[in-house]
Amino acid sequence: MMSTARHSPLRSLAAHGILLGYTLIALFPVFVIVVNSFKNRRAIFADPLALPSAETFDLVGYKTVLAQGDFLQYFLNSMTVTVASLFFVLLFGAMAAFALSEYRFRGNLLMGLYLALGIMIPIRLGTVAILQLMVASGLVNTLTALILVYTAQGLPLAVFILSEFMRGVSADLKDAGRIDGLSEYRIFFRLVLPLVRPAMATVAVFTMIPIWNDLWFPLILAPSEATKTITLGSQVFIGQFVTNWNAVLAALGLAIVPVLVLYLIFSRQLIRGITAGAVK
Amino acid sequence: MAQRKQIRWHIAVFLAPAVLVYTAIMIVPLFGTLNLSLFNLDQGNRVFVGLRNFATLFGDPRWSDAFWNALGNNAWFFVIHMLVQNPIGVLLAALLSSPRLRGAAFYRTAIFIPTILSFVIVGFVWKLILSPIWGIAPGMLDAVGLKALFAPWLGKEEYALTTLALVSVWQFVGIPMMLIYAALLSIPDEVIEAAEMDGVTGWAQFWKIKLPLILPSIGIISVLTFVGNFNAFDLIYVTQGALAGPNFATDILGTFLYRTFFGFQLQIGDPHMGATIATAMFGIILLGVCFYLFAIQTRLRRYQF
Repeated sequence: MMSTARHSPLRSLAAHGILLGYTLIALFPVFVIVVNSFKNRRAIFADPLALPSAETFDLVGYKTVLAQGDFLQYFLNSMTVTVASLFFVLLFGAMAAFALSEYRFRGNLLMGLYLALGIMIPIRLGTVAILQLMVASGLVNTLTALILVYTAQGLPLAVFILSEFMRGVSADLKDAGRIDGLSEYRIFFRLVLPLVRPAMATVAVFTMIPIWNDLWFPLILAPSEATKTITLGSQVFIGQFVTNWNAVLAALGLAIVPVLVLYLIFSRQLIRGITAGAVK
Repeated sequence: MAQRKQIRWHIAVFLAPAVLVYTAIMIVPLFGTLNLSLFNLDQGNRVFVGLRNFATLFGDPRWSDAFWNALGNNAWFFVIHMLVQNPIGVLLAALLSSPRLRGAAFYRTAIFIPTILSFVIVGFVWKLILSPIWGIAPGMLDAVGLKALFAPWLGKEEYALTTLALVSVWQFVGIPMMLIYAALLSIPDEVIEAAEMDGVTGWAQFWKIKLPLILPSIGIISVLTFVGNFNAFDLIYVTQGALAGPNFATDILGTFLYRTFFGFQLQIGDPHMGATIATAMFGIILLGVCFYLFAIQTRLRRYQF
């Protein structure tokens, strides 16, 4: 739509205006949390939008938070769970999506519907049975339990999106590979996977977010001090320090920073992935 | 060429890991829940009651009023997402994908940031901004002389649900933006160049060339929005609590299920009625998705490049 943009400065100005406006809306609440977490109590109430100045600057919130919980441990737990689940979701999901989109076999449609079922139903509905299963297999209060649950939770969407994208991969290319004597596994790993990288990056981001932010399963399956995730840790903390606004804002600030850094790292991959896929 | 009909083991190898994990951790426990909805307690014993729990849910006013209220609210929640979130997402993606736009990477990264925040953070910060006491919103409206417009939106029955739906839109607009953006980038340059040769540019090019090509992506997004909205729970829970106040004005199926399943205040949790609600939600979502798969997706044209 913007092909004429290069000729029309007005059009590009309008585009920047809209995008910049929306960016401000998107970032404003984050700004509020971060700015106020560095101010003393009185300044938070007197002028919530002001930047911390020499006299209102105060780290008391962060000091309270760091004195309380083991936030580094929580962070490592969240990282382990998220990265491991993401790996399994992407690998298993892409393999299944390839089987569904590439081969005609009996039960293909049925299998596709079966796997897509999981998009429609929140895995939470099965929580009681999952808890019983984890108790029976001795996985309660381990990160493995969370990784298993999140892998199952992420797979349906991954299969759905990836098979949608894999249907768009040219059949000629794969047939050329077969004529050259590549095995089906090589066709998958060498030809198809690189071509669906934008979709993989997209799936990665969408899978990562609900895992990182989940409160439910950490609370039920792994609430022990050694396995707490950072979301559970900060929620527990907010519950205990409801009226201590400095501490709550600092805890929220600390909960934002790691996922923000993680996202910025991934988003560079995401951008590279998307553009690499678009250049043909 | 002797044995064309050999078993193609690679298909099984590709499918096995996903199917095994998914079946063991998701499907089997889910059927446990569906099964539970057919039972109830009779003098302390679990007895099979068939569909009687559903008769209670839809027929007994104590249950059905709450159920229809939650379903209606949920439908409104979904309508707002479809009308606000997805058009904004498409617009932002279209702007971002324009050639030679400086700072596209920055905008894309920044606009997606709300999506990565947890509900704990989102709920807390919006409550803070909209609060009539500390709130930043009244002060900002005051600064532009519109203070009269301010109302305690989260506390009024007529505004609370819409406000929360808009907060949710704010949080998730990055998802349609990213998916549409990826779809727009995967349109081959030749197609665009051919359109330009024919003099189709600007908005006409978007409506006539690009939009038809990204329709399958918009379809996927609509389904994801539908499923996500009818499973929603966390945002309402962290801002309004399990009671979904004021006066159940923000009660949706997820919070209704949670209250029933785990109980709240004086009401004791009822796993059987909870499982019944979960099964009803499952049915609603299944209907919606089947409608999409059979009535819409089969009519979408897919293009291979």
